Amino acid sequence: MDRIPILRMGRFLLVTIQVDMHDRLALALQDDLTSCIVRYGAKGVLIDISSLEIVDSFMGRTIGNIAGMSRILDAETVVVGMRPAVAITLVELGLSLPGVRTALTVERGIGLLRGSLEGTIDGDNAQ
Amino acid sequence: MATTRSESVSVASNDAVVIVRQRVREFAVDARLSLVDQTKLVTAASELARNMVVYGGGGTVLLEQLDMDGRPGVRVTFEDRGPGIADIEQAMRDGYTSGGGLGLGLGGSKRLVHEFVLQSELGKGTTIAITRWK
Repeated sequence: MDRIPILRMGRFLLVTIQVDMHDRLALALQDDLTSCIVRYGAKGVLIDISSLEIVDSFMGRTIGNIAGMSRILDAETVVVGMRPAVAITLVELGLSLPGVRTALTVERGIGLLRGSLEGTIDGDNAQ
Repeated sequence: MATTRSESVSVASNDAVVIVRQRVREFAVDARLSLVDQTKLVTAASELARNMVVYGGGGTVLLEQLDMDGRPGVRVTFEDRGPGIADIEQAMRDGYTSGGGLGLGLGGSKRLVHEFVLQSELGKGTTIAITRWK
């Protein structure tokens, strides 16, 4: 079965979705990502959806699930690169991806993850 | 109103939802819909094709290129022979689901298109036709 590759970048995991995601592929990604977070002790997950031409409610729910599961496993999720037409359609569909952080580019996404990670470390030092 | 081209796709499993998306995209591009309109139509079709698999046990999707006095449009009709919808009003409501989903499929799809016609008969099946005009 096809799998979406997960790249490890230091403390973060990067997933670039480059295919039209069928449902089983989305569910496999959910399983693989949570395993990778635990295996590598990842602190952040970046999901690049700039190649996705649509996000329907199933994919939206899967992205939301990934973010929720990551949070419980002590990792932040940032979705990057959403196309404007996809954003317009998602909101009209009724899906606003609550609890999912977004950034326009991978660079900004990494910045967001670094920022929240440093915030945590500073917080620990202060105690 | 004239149908200038049509095609039908058989949808038996979740994997066929991807095929439906690709075919609808192709029809939407041919009808010269804007990128946002293409995205809306393809997303609505994706929701309804999946519904058809999950609730209707699969079915047939008919794609039609329309022309209404020079205005192009695309109509996509989803027909299944599943159990039918008992309470259409309830099924259309956002957040209502009988299958563990988000309950956005029907109501959400309706918001993404210009015309949405739902016919359902208990024990016989459900037919939903959506149309998006340029």
